[in-house]
Amino acid sequence: MPSVMLRKREDGKLLFYVPKKDLEETIESIEFDSPDKWGGEVVLGDGSRYFFEVLDTPPPIPITLQAKRVSGE
Amino acid sequence: MAALTREETEALIQEVLEIYPEKAQKDRAKHLAINDQSLEKANKCITSNRKSLPGVMTIRGCAYAGSKGVVWGPIKDMIHISHGPVGCGQYSRAGRRNYYVGTTGVNTFGTMNFTSDFTEKDIVFGGDKKLAKLIDEIEVLFPLNKGISIQSECPIGLIGDDIEAVSKVKTKEHGKTIVPVRCEGFRGVSQSLGHHIANDAIRDWVLEKRDGDDSFQTTPYDVAVIGDYNIGGDAWASRTLLEEMGLRVVAQWSGDGTIAEIENTPKVKLNLIHCYRSMNYIARHMEEKYSIPWIEYNFFGPTKIAESLRRIASYFDDNIKEGAERVIKRYEAEFTAVIEKYKPRLQGKKVMLYIGGLRPRHVIGAYEDLGMEVVGTGYEFAHNDDYDRTIKEMGNATLLYDDVTGYEFEEFVKKIKPDLIGSGVKEKYIFQKMGVPFRQMHSWDYSGPYHGYDGFAIFARDMDMTLNNPCWKNIRAPWKTQDAGDEAVKAVA
Ligand code: SF4
Repeated sequence: MPSVMLRKREDGKLLFYVPKKDLEETIESIEFDSPDKWGGEVVLGDGSRYFFEVLDTPPPIPITLQAKRVSGE
Repeated sequence: MAALTREETEALIQEVLEIYPEKAQKDRAKHLAINDQSLEKANKCITSNRKSLPGVMTIRGCAYAGSKGVVWGPIKDMIHISHGPVGCGQYSRAGRRNYYVGTTGVNTFGTMNFTSDFTEKDIVFGGDKKLAKLIDEIEVLFPLNKGISIQSECPIGLIGDDIEAVSKVKTKEHGKTIVPVRCEGFRGVSQSLGHHIANDAIRDWVLEKRDGDDSFQTTPYDVAVIGDYNIGGDAWASRTLLEEMGLRVVAQWSGDGTIAEIENTPKVKLNLIHCYRSMNYIARHMEEKYSIPWIEYNFFGPTKIAESLRRIASYFDDNIKEGAERVIKRYEAEFTAVIEKYKPRLQGKKVMLYIGGLRPRHVIGAYEDLGMEVVGTGYEFAHNDDYDRTIKEMGNATLLYDDVTGYEFEEFVKKIKPDLIGSGVKEKYIFQKMGVPFRQMHSWDYSGPYHGYDGFAIFARDMDMTLNNPCWKNIRAPWKTQDAGDEAVKAVA
């Protein structure tokens, strides 16, 4: 379960950064992204998938959250 | 020599790789790539930040070099102890040319070497007592120091010394910031991890010192220059431009910087990152904790400077935006004159680069302003995100090499025949002896600054001076040159 720092790029795209691994990737899609539900499975620019716990409100960005790697690929 | 096509570059890489055993061939192939501007992500074409192969001549440094040499070393009013055997600090001492103002040995300590000079006894019985004694001695001999950092060399981690405990005791005793840095050389694959560890140490031991203390008067125009190490005065040449456009530079990280500046940085409005590779970590941290946005900028060459000034200004009000235009206008006559003078002498020349953290991509614009072309570039210790940022800067079908080995670099140069190479001091004499003009692009070959408009004039002069130096014509023995051969034949006939 890596700690992941989320930040917004200038063009508005979310960036997914794992400090431990120095990995920076764009987030291509996120399962839930509405004012009352946020999180779930995200797909990164390199095709890998991670899972964020589903929250009731979108978190303030930038923020560090725990993500789970979704395997099966 | 004309630019290579994609197929030719591909063949070149294959040819160079041939000499390796099969396994090494496979591994190195991943680190060599042909640039393709259409790619968004570098990981499709190049692998980076991996362990170097045993047996090849890598050009990398160690984590201690990344922390002591790069990030901490330039903080001038602190004393940085190279904790361990004497060599790591002594042989790298003062070689980086990060300039500072102050009286060395009294209130600044940049070019001095402090070491605990480990001997066998310390390895066997532990060096913590020695470290404590060393800190006490420093306090007596150099009372004007504003803090101490302990830069671990390899043995410290191997023998398991507890430098954190010593730091805590001595911090209490002397009432000064004492920072233990766990940057033992064996950590990670290159100096890059040393940068990260150093950033984390600043975050944990220094950055939050003035949280909740509002005595520092802020303005809406406060910025910090991060990742500029003032090589040959670079940070000064950058700072003047920022100040001229109306911003207030609160801190320089870390060239000519002080610990007070670092402590005040969480109060700025915008962090300006020049060397992304070595200091993005702290910028990310400040963005999360203090909501300070950060942007990358590039002060090499007028095109990129103007672009960067406008980008920086876009974060502020119209005052600053006008300021940026004013600055660009003010220097226009100056830099056009530089380009007019040197472009005809440098036009069309080909450059190959192999440098460290930001320059393999940042200086491309400056060369292009002079009509030159960068045909190959590579990083010692980049990660994928650095290559992401490089792809767009480089021309199509140009060569990218990550953690290039001594052998590969030489072979590439022999085939591509660039007019100029920019790399480090370890490469310098090899290529000069091969007769290729060379600039040492880590510490600007005893010159500089190269940042800013002032720096661009020096950059252009230096490149011209090196490339068009008459010595290159005399490097081959006269009887071995083509002309001489013809003449000899004529004489016989
Ligand atoms: S690898 Fe270890 S011994 Fe070598 S310079 Fe770095 S810290 Fe010193």
